[in-house]
Amino acid sequence: MACLDAGLEAIVVQAPAGTLYRGREGMWSWVAHRVTGVLIFFFLFAHVLDTALVRVSPDSYNRIMDTYKTPLVNLMEIGLLGAVLFHALNGLRVTAIDFWAKGTRYQKQMMWAVLAVFVLLMVPSVYRMTAHSFAELFGSTS
Amino acid sequence: MTAIDATGNMTPGSTVQPDDDDRLRIESPRTRRKRPTQNGRGTNFEMYAWIFMRMSGLLLVFLVLGHLFIMLLLDGGVQRINFAFVAGRWSSPFWQTWDLLQLWLAQLHGTNGLRWIINDYAERDGTRFWLKTLLYTASFLVLVLGTLVIFTFDPDLAG
Ligand code: HEM
Repeated sequence: MACLDAGLEAIVVQAPAGTLYRGREGMWSWVAHRVTGVLIFFFLFAHVLDTALVRVSPDSYNRIMDTYKTPLVNLMEIGLLGAVLFHALNGLRVTAIDFWAKGTRYQKQMMWAVLAVFVLLMVPSVYRMTAHSFAELFGSTS
Repeated sequence: MTAIDATGNMTPGSTVQPDDDDRLRIESPRTRRKRPTQNGRGTNFEMYAWIFMRMSGLLLVFLVLGHLFIMLLLDGGVQRINFAFVAGRWSSPFWQTWDLLQLWLAQLHGTNGLRWIINDYAERDGTRFWLKTLLYTASFLVLVLGTLVIFTFDPDLAG
């Protein structure tokens, strides 16, 4: 009996960790591509509606644009820029994997290239985009 | 007689012969199909959708990143955007064309992307149907509204 118990225990301990797929760079870039794609889609929906206000009156359009100029929406806009930039760069990577003969071999290197270019473009952009918000929040009013 | 239904299930005792319907026929291994991506309806829609995602993506890199660069980074960024700014831009056929192309490509690209995602996660037929109906309705409205706004913009609204 004791012998059988020990055997079962060994089986339980050595059982495979399940069938959940856990990929590496390739899976996470796919997840991020999907999430950013959905985010951009919903923003586009809102953005076409807010821009349509130019057909209503200059005043209603200017009022919606004033909300875009607040620090909070400024912060969300950084998120939007980041989402679009990642989706665009990774979309180029996906297309290269599909059409470039060596694409699959270099998919991991291209992933790191995407991230490098992403950071390189995001840093100066965020610096520029937030200048006004910083002045508004912390600047002197003189 | 054992038949195989459309979902690939074996139905013991069924009287349906596999070759009652072309879609149910199982070719012998390594039989070459005329067109590798052909689906049951005889169209290559999914292949064209796949190619469209890549081609539209390529164009959108320039259109969308250019748009964001001009609107968020150039000159005063978003702080300078108002009715007069829009009036100035849409007085030029170049920017009208840019925005129209960007609208259509992004909306169609995004709609097909969401269609894929619905197909992946919504398993019940009814759920898929209603989610896609909602998706196509929303996309249609956005395309019509956006196109009308670009073409019927009236700078004289400012008086
Ligand atoms: C900026 C340039 C863009 C590029 C280069 C790009 C590229 C791509 C590519 C190549 C795919 C196919 C991925 C695959 O087959 O696995 C894709 C999917 C997708 N894109 Fe884009 N795209 C861009 C912009 C956009 C925009 C503006 C939207 C939203 C309106 C969007 C939403 C989506 C969605 C929802 C998917 C489906 C994601 C999935 O199935 O996981 N993309 N994109």
